Amino acid sequence: MTVSEEEERARIVSIKGSTVKAKGLSSYRMGEIIYVGEEKLIGEVIAIEQNTATIQVYEPLEGLRINDPMFLTGKSLTAELGPGLLANIFDGIQRPLEIIKKMSKSGYIKRGIQTNAIDREKKWTYEPKDKKKGDVIRGGDILGKIQETESISIKILVPPDVSGEIIEIQEKGEYKVTDPILVFRNRIGDKQELTLMHEWPVRIPRPYQNKLSVSQPLITGQRIIDMFFPIAKGGTAAIPGGFGTGKTILQHQLSKWSDADVVIYIGCGERGNEMTDVLREFPKLIDPHTNNPLMARTLLLANVSNMPVAAREASIYMGITIAEYFRDQGYSVLLTADSTSRWAEALREISGQLEEMPVEEGYPAYLGARLANFYERAGQVITLGSPYREGSINITASVSPPGGDFSEPVTANTKRFVRAFWGLDSTLANRKHFPSINWQNSYSGYTKEIEEWALESGLENWGRYRQEMLKVLQKDNELEHIVELIGSKALPADEQLIILIANIIKEGFLQQNAYHPIDTFCPIDKQMKMMKLILLFYERANMLVRNGCPISLINSLRTVNILKRMKEEIDNEDMTQLNKIEDHIISDMEDLGSKYGYKL
Amino acid sequence: MIIMARIVVTGVSEIRGPLIVVEGVSGIQMGEYLEVKLRNHPTRKGRVLAIEEERVIILLYQGTYEVEKNEIETEFFGRTMQLFVSDDMIGRTFNSLGEPIDGLPTIYSDEYRDVNGTPINPTSRVYPRNYIETGISTIDIMNTLVRGQKIPIFTGSGLPNNQLIGQIIRQARITEKEDEKLVIVFAAMGLTADDYIYFQRLFKETGTLNKVVMFSNLASDSGAERLLTPRVALTAAEFLAFDRDYHVLAILSDITNYCQALREVSVALETVPSRKGFPGYMYSDLASIYERSGIIEDSTGSITLIANLTMPNDDITHPIPDLTGYITEGQLILDRSLHNKGIYPPIDVLESLSRLMKDGIGKGFTREDHPSLSDQLYASYAEGLDKRKLAEIIGRKELNRRDQIFHDFANEFEANFTNQGNFHRSIEESIELGWFLLSKLPRAELTKVSEEYIEKYIPKEEGV
Repeated sequence: MTVSEEEERARIVSIKGSTVKAKGLSSYRMGEIIYVGEEKLIGEVIAIEQNTATIQVYEPLEGLRINDPMFLTGKSLTAELGPGLLANIFDGIQRPLEIIKKMSKSGYIKRGIQTNAIDREKKWTYEPKDKKKGDVIRGGDILGKIQETESISIKILVPPDVSGEIIEIQEKGEYKVTDPILVFRNRIGDKQELTLMHEWPVRIPRPYQNKLSVSQPLITGQRIIDMFFPIAKGGTAAIPGGFGTGKTILQHQLSKWSDADVVIYIGCGERGNEMTDVLREFPKLIDPHTNNPLMARTLLLANVSNMPVAAREASIYMGITIAEYFRDQGYSVLLTADSTSRWAEALREISGQLEEMPVEEGYPAYLGARLANFYERAGQVITLGSPYREGSINITASVSPPGGDFSEPVTANTKRFVRAFWGLDSTLANRKHFPSINWQNSYSGYTKEIEEWALESGLENWGRYRQEMLKVLQKDNELEHIVELIGSKALPADEQLIILIANIIKEGFLQQNAYHPIDTFCPIDKQMKMMKLILLFYERANMLVRNGCPISLINSLRTVNILKRMKEEIDNEDMTQLNKIEDHIISDMEDLGSKYGYKL
Repeated sequence: MIIMARIVVTGVSEIRGPLIVVEGVSGIQMGEYLEVKLRNHPTRKGRVLAIEEERVIILLYQGTYEVEKNEIETEFFGRTMQLFVSDDMIGRTFNSLGEPIDGLPTIYSDEYRDVNGTPINPTSRVYPRNYIETGISTIDIMNTLVRGQKIPIFTGSGLPNNQLIGQIIRQARITEKEDEKLVIVFAAMGLTADDYIYFQRLFKETGTLNKVVMFSNLASDSGAERLLTPRVALTAAEFLAFDRDYHVLAILSDITNYCQALREVSVALETVPSRKGFPGYMYSDLASIYERSGIIEDSTGSITLIANLTMPNDDITHPIPDLTGYITEGQLILDRSLHNKGIYPPIDVLESLSRLMKDGIGKGFTREDHPSLSDQLYASYAEGLDKRKLAEIIGRKELNRRDQIFHDFANEFEANFTNQGNFHRSIEESIELGWFLLSKLPRAELTKVSEEYIEKYIPKEEGV
């Protein structure tokens, strides 16, 4: 970055928390990146008053002094976008942690390390597309591609804010990210170069042509989500839950098994070991959709809980900007943020240092607006440029409500902007019912679109199965209160049957073991078949019960156990085994019927 | 060490709570260490909290009582607070500033560390996987501890948490080779004199005294100084673990006292409060303590952190346990009703959790059947407690046979598995006990364990 001439005159006048104040210039720009002190700690202007600027600093402030110099950069906080991002881990302001490790020469993150996000030395094999000299280029046009990982071939794009006429163009070959690959004359007649990478300010959403309504599901392989509370590609979901309810595991599951092209995982103010876990586990796992290592489509941003709060605030914007870059290439992107509550707390902390008037629980009045800005950057869009492409961004964000109370400001405000809500429940978690998504208070605003998709995709029973199962669960919930008071013995047989079926649904369908090699991911076909089998069992058992068969006989059928275990014991692709269960159910019920003389 | 010119200032402009404000001085660093000389008192130590133009806001660790406005002399050291570290710390007792209070001489060393620590790079961490055998069934089988883990004990006033910590210290096998590299770093934060004496005696009785590094801030000591206790203790722990390859068991007791002190100082600083008057940055502050545990590449040592945390009024949703639970890798919860029934240790198995357990148990670690056995015990006990609730209303006799079996299982579980007293049980013994209890349940109800394990491990003569 270039340093402005005025650098010498800007001086620190106050230091407090994670912010400093600077004086000495006649004008500052909001959002400008400023290097603070001799160590050149990275900071950003967040408030201006007369000739004083308040700067939030992305690194610890110990050792700074009044009158230490400030260095202006004239730039805003930007993301570097180009080849070399995937399969990497960065901090909240996109510094690569592996490089920091080498430069720090220790296991700790040293201060004041300046490094590029993208490796400047590495050469990439770039294949230009059909553009030639004299062609007009516009923002978003595809110039060529680079096979970055096994899974992803990245498209080299004309940056969104650029257009002109090509006067020079490079052939296929090996290039560094800063090598010019094209020279063009811009609208005012100046010559400009394009390289394999470009930069984009993180707080400004990247432009697109049109936002589309969502239509496709994001297949997650998690039964309760895909079947009960689905999310569409381009959709948003919140995952609120107290500690120990499994937010992080669910986020890991989504990042592992969703059928998104690119996954961006933001560890925002959470545990260090959780990021280490991802780094350790993902390279070993195979993406069931492409058969490539999962890491080849994954990018991690880690700003763990004891890293500076200001960088935690920035990490969310950094993540979504990188997501938009992949969206603009025509990919579907899943962004998982864990957890947005820690981001909101960073906002609160900085707001406090600015002495702004707090509203609820000390949060600033603009909490809702900031959350809205973030979630609105998701969606299914027609991208800029040619050829025609559609891309999407999903956001699944965990929320960590204090005391598990969903009425607190971050959860309440998040609810306003997301369409799917997967509420995690500590009662379920305490029973080791995972994922602990509560089917009573969770919802999805995408069911209508997904139902249409299901009809077109040969899953015409999806809506009906879903309704029937939810009905059983709802009824079970009502009965539960009665059972708690008087025991199940006192209930009529058909109601006892509901409790039995609900039990099978909970144990055999809703619970899904993230650590089981088969159960961790469940393909849609198997999910549908499982629902069909459980409902078939219900239908036949119901006939028997209506003809006077006692519930104990049904409960002792071997198929009850088979239905509870089919998720783990039958291979995901093995449809013949599942069909056999169907035969078992029919024959078991017929045997029972004929043995005791109940008509089916 | 870079020797910076020291700056000396006479007089202060403001004194309020534990804070003083010094004006008309330049060149002061954020976070700088300083000493204040008083006429009638020993020198006090402090830290620069904020600088506004020429006003320097300072936290005095020993408080401001009897500080004279115009007489005092403040000396700024030109560096942050540091702790001299050495192997010789082992077996010694210090105050929160790292000064010996055991009557033995000061530690001399050419190695020193900034007490505030630096965040560990996630790419340098090693994921903790080696279990620690504590000899306590409810921990080893149901909430297995792992070397490098951070876990609090959520307790209430009057519950035997100190006894439990004592038992863990006495029984824990932290390394393969019987404990030779085990060191205990103990940060006493606002402990009552009684508790302090209990721990001192415990260390003597268990013969661990020569393995303990004690940092002591008692209830009667300054609250501001308490903010330093865990940081100084963990600085020592980091040195011993990552420079000297010790396995450090760091015990912080009691986090609640620490947080009260944090609130006291934040109020004096006029910070906007969030819940219950605690500062909004309490999460980050606690994280900067808890996250110093773990394992780092290129070192064979580890820091396992156990934090004692008394829940105010037994309320787990109180900000202190709540924020802690979001940072730590699980929690052990003590339950008052178990304690009142005379069950020791009164660990509430259902609410307790060890997040790192999954990777540290099973084949190659403890025993192949451990994970599914644990799941089955957990599920059956939970079911049993439901039946107990029902029986409280309609009476045990009114339950159907199946419900009665589960009802009785819960009682057996508490009476035999949870209630083990002050004795050691090996993991093997605890697993056997678990299978023995499961043998009282109908086979068809054992849905979490495979047929293979049932055949292999369930005691035959007890089968139903």
